[in-house]
Amino acid sequence: MGDLVTINMGPQHPSTHGVLYLELQLDGEVVVGCKTHLGYLHRSIEKIAENRTYTQFIPFTDRLDYLASMNNNLGYCLAVEKLLNVAVTPRAQYLRVIIAELNRVVSHLVAIGTFAQDLGAYATPLFYAFSDREKIVELFDSICGSRLTYNYMRIGGVSGDIPAGTEQVIKDFIKYERKQLIEYNELLTYNAIFLARSKNIGILSKEAAINYSVTGPILRASGVKWDLRKEEPYLVYDQFNFDIPVGTVGDSWDRFKVKLDEIEQSLRIIEQAIGAIPEGNPVSKVNRVFRGTGEIYLRTENPRGELGFYLVAEGGFNPTRCKIRSPSFSNLSALEELIKGLNISDAVCVLGSLDIVMGEIDR
Amino acid sequence: MIPMLLSGLAAIGFIAFSAMFLIWLERKISAWIQNRMGPMMTGFHGTLQPIADTIKLLLKEDIVPKGVDFLSWWLAPFFVTVPVVMAFLVIPFSPKWIALDLNVGVVYICSVTSLCVLGIFMAGWGSNNKYSLLGGMRSAAQIISYEVPLLLSVLLVVMEAGTLSMQGIIHAQSHGWFILKPHLTLAFLIYFISATAEVNRVPFDIPEAESELVAGYHTEYSGMKFAMFFVAEYTNMFIISAIATTLFLGGWQGPWLPGVVWFLLKSYGVIVLLMWMRWTLPRVRMDQMMSFAWKVLTPIALLNILISGWFMVK
Repeated sequence: MGDLVTINMGPQHPSTHGVLYLELQLDGEVVVGCKTHLGYLHRSIEKIAENRTYTQFIPFTDRLDYLASMNNNLGYCLAVEKLLNVAVTPRAQYLRVIIAELNRVVSHLVAIGTFAQDLGAYATPLFYAFSDREKIVELFDSICGSRLTYNYMRIGGVSGDIPAGTEQVIKDFIKYERKQLIEYNELLTYNAIFLARSKNIGILSKEAAINYSVTGPILRASGVKWDLRKEEPYLVYDQFNFDIPVGTVGDSWDRFKVKLDEIEQSLRIIEQAIGAIPEGNPVSKVNRVFRGTGEIYLRTENPRGELGFYLVAEGGFNPTRCKIRSPSFSNLSALEELIKGLNISDAVCVLGSLDIVMGEIDR
Repeated sequence: MIPMLLSGLAAIGFIAFSAMFLIWLERKISAWIQNRMGPMMTGFHGTLQPIADTIKLLLKEDIVPKGVDFLSWWLAPFFVTVPVVMAFLVIPFSPKWIALDLNVGVVYICSVTSLCVLGIFMAGWGSNNKYSLLGGMRSAAQIISYEVPLLLSVLLVVMEAGTLSMQGIIHAQSHGWFILKPHLTLAFLIYFISATAEVNRVPFDIPEAESELVAGYHTEYSGMKFAMFFVAEYTNMFIISAIATTLFLGGWQGPWLPGVVWFLLKSYGVIVLLMWMRWTLPRVRMDQMMSFAWKVLTPIALLNILISGWFMVK
């Protein structure tokens, strides 16, 4: 073994997906050691939760996984609703499912685009993914007036009904996105270079995935059929038909493919939900100010895995403790083992396929 | 003396203009591929954008990082740019427009263009940056490996034409372009792949792999020094396309239009192909690329020479 070179990859680096700092030990181009440093995006969100009322904290959940704000809102609101025993109208439940699944599509699109970018496909897949995403972002803009941090879910429902014509827009999008999925398969999935770069790279075994408590598409890519929407159905997910795509090997390609397949499944859910939205009020009649006691842990299936909120309330206007279990944090923990012995190019590929968002790792 | 000077000036003028045009073209092509508009604000469809970029680069502060290897840091941009200008000496734009029709033109242009690797490695070494060093090392390995299949494919053309002069090779194609002959079609493919690697274009852009090495060997360069790397890169692209045009696509030959127009049309056509590839394909890995050069391209090129050579002397 020759002399080792230490390379500081990040906090500013094109492919660390934010302010992740990897201290890599290189032997030539082979990674022999990796140390992950976190904390560059720490905003003490958990502490902030203790000083806000339940409603006031919703906008802060937007800033966790900023690519899936709606899902974060949803997870938090569901946890508070369970803690405070708030009922939600059926219409709100359907709207929440549709919105959450749309956000899942968007989030996976970004993941696919950035992964292709990490493999060196200059910008083109990224632009394709972002122009698809733009349609949904504009839709969300018309629904809640914001393009990235939506703050749409409320305790007891959603902030407002969807504007007229939204259903048609969503139907058009489903049709359009199905065509686009074929294009992604042509451009990326079965491209020889793409396969050579991502097949059998960074294999995460079933056991290792479970030991690292990896969740979401990355767990499913390793062959574990675990999806909270099926296992512990929340909202109205038990009323829809959809499959859980699973991978076979658990390599980077599987992680990519599972995300691509999940887009199709999400579209199926939206298709079924959009035809069955019940009439009624999207917001339940609830108090302006909440007080409660008790402890609650509630997890939901976010695009990146299981997002859990652990809330402790002791009768005040705000929770005394809010612990957030963020999926990216656990998923990232598998990185150090995965990239040891790989080429630096493959290390970038594995990191891209883990699809982390620093906002929810540092919180 | 005067005609030599004039042709030198013309070459430098052409290099500057061509690089600017290619940068604009690449931005436009990438935009069209990605459903965008590309530069639109400066001039008609952004045609003045490269000039604006040049002015910006000229006015930029020349940042010298701490601890650079002074000599190699300063000389690297020149070592990259000068061979590019030298290569223009033997490019036959038309029957008349060639600065010097050397009788070893092919050997000259191949040797001169491979000098670039020296500058790239100096930049990687001199920058005092680990990313640059990795980029420089990758580049040296890549360019030297791909030189082998490239020269082997060029050799076949020389065997077919029976001359090393650039004009002579074009004249040998007056009854049909070389690319139309089966064994030379294969040679063209090998040449095209190796040349893509030679100029560090996708899918072989490993030395400057952005997602891994930030910008590879020119990470630390800014302002006009960076511009020189940039100009060299794009002019190199023109040169390999010009060589492809000369060796395989019949050079300036073509009906109706004047020779120089044909030559430029064919060269830019090859360049458009390169750009199309760049904005479509992902990047291969270093070891994959090296094994492709030594285990696939070189044996095929050798076999091609052997078999076609046997048919030629039979």
